Amino acid sequence: MTTSEWPLWEVFVRSRRGLSHTHAGSLHAPDAELALRNARDLYTRRGEGVSIWVVPSAAITASSPDEKDPFFEPAADKPYRHPTFYEIPEGVKHL
Amino acid sequence: MATAAHRIARTREEDSPADEAALAAAYEAAFDAAVAADERIEPRDWMPDAYRATLVRQIAQHAHSEIIGMQPEANWITRAPSLRRKAILMAKVQDEAGHGLYLYSAAETLGTSRDELLDKLHSGRQKYSSIFNYPTLTWADVGAIGWLVDGAAITNQVPLCRCSYGPYARAMVRICKEESFHQRQGYELLQALSRGTPEQHEMAQDAVNRWWWPSLMMFGPPDDQSQHSAQSMTWKIKRHSNDELRQRFVDICVPQAESLGLTLPDPDLRWNEERGHYDFGEIDWTEFREVLKGNGPCNEQRITQRRAAHDEGTWVREAAAAYAEKHTAKDITKDRSKDITKDGAKDGETTA
Repeated sequence: MTTSEWPLWEVFVRSRRGLSHTHAGSLHAPDAELALRNARDLYTRRGEGVSIWVVPSAAITASSPDEKDPFFEPAADKPYRHPTFYEIPEGVKHL
Repeated sequence: MATAAHRIARTREEDSPADEAALAAAYEAAFDAAVAADERIEPRDWMPDAYRATLVRQIAQHAHSEIIGMQPEANWITRAPSLRRKAILMAKVQDEAGHGLYLYSAAETLGTSRDELLDKLHSGRQKYSSIFNYPTLTWADVGAIGWLVDGAAITNQVPLCRCSYGPYARAMVRICKEESFHQRQGYELLQALSRGTPEQHEMAQDAVNRWWWPSLMMFGPPDDQSQHSAQSMTWKIKRHSNDELRQRFVDICVPQAESLGLTLPDPDLRWNEERGHYDFGEIDWTEFREVLKGNGPCNEQRITQRRAAHDEGTWVREAAAAYAEKHTAKDITKDRSKDITKDGAKDGETTA
């Protein structure tokens, strides 16, 4: 039997309780269980995490860098979505 | 994935060559602007082919060095003088494996595969740092490697944390954090020997004598002979020249050696008031080129051992893949039978 390369997994680590999982890197593993164990050895050798997610890289759908301008444009012309857009008389508190 | 390259390819059928050239120029301009603005280039961005090739070459060589670098140190794990030193050395060698894996992942984002990278290492088509072709003759070598070899590596690698290619820069941030322990354990080890018996002191001095010059060679050829330097600086893959980093390393090491009570094997080493740096002697570049060509003391042994480790691991990789396949098949059957039961209950028919 010839083995082709093990699939690629993306690793997300929660560094401590109260924070969300953050992308740490990627690794190869034959299945989810080994991906978790390899992620533990590779990305948390110094107590960097309290929880790990592994996701097959092939399962991720990403936006295209080529279309990033039109894709994100709808957000660019709506400054009224930011609190700094509004003028509040001086001296008004708790706003 | 609609990368710039694909788009250009797609456009080719519909548009005139003039449009195509304009599009390519627009991509190149966007790339140049991003680099100039100190922004990071990410895997799916358009990049010049030569930029991609340079990064693959450099990151692969870097990854291979981490993996091959496990050998000279692992040589001493079974003979470490105490449990403390043994645990430290094992942790360090494990870190080197980890560093190799971070870097292989970074290289793979450029469109090369892990198998291809390993194959090129095993067949000698990609290189690793020639420092690892020197033997570790005594226990003190473990200290000298930590202090000098890892010290030189850190000097080289800290600026790489700001490299223009995002995945490489991120891998370097992680690596640099971990390297600091490597250097300090080496320094502490040498200090223990240097302050020990006269024989131990001599052993430490001998190791420093043998590792000093090869460590200076780790920064690569002098600037006027460095093949890739200028372009890499423009692309902000590299931030400082080889000679600049080498000088920085020498300046750092001299007082550290004094504190250790050890001397550096260079009669020309002296403080230059005018330059504000230490002057140092001529490096033997003939030796460097010979080791690079494969004629170092351990080239043959390192690569033979690497190939053997890979070949002997084949059955493990195959078994794990077979296990994964079997369980995937089982899961699918299980899911199907669930569906069948559910549907069967509903309308008395199986839909498998």
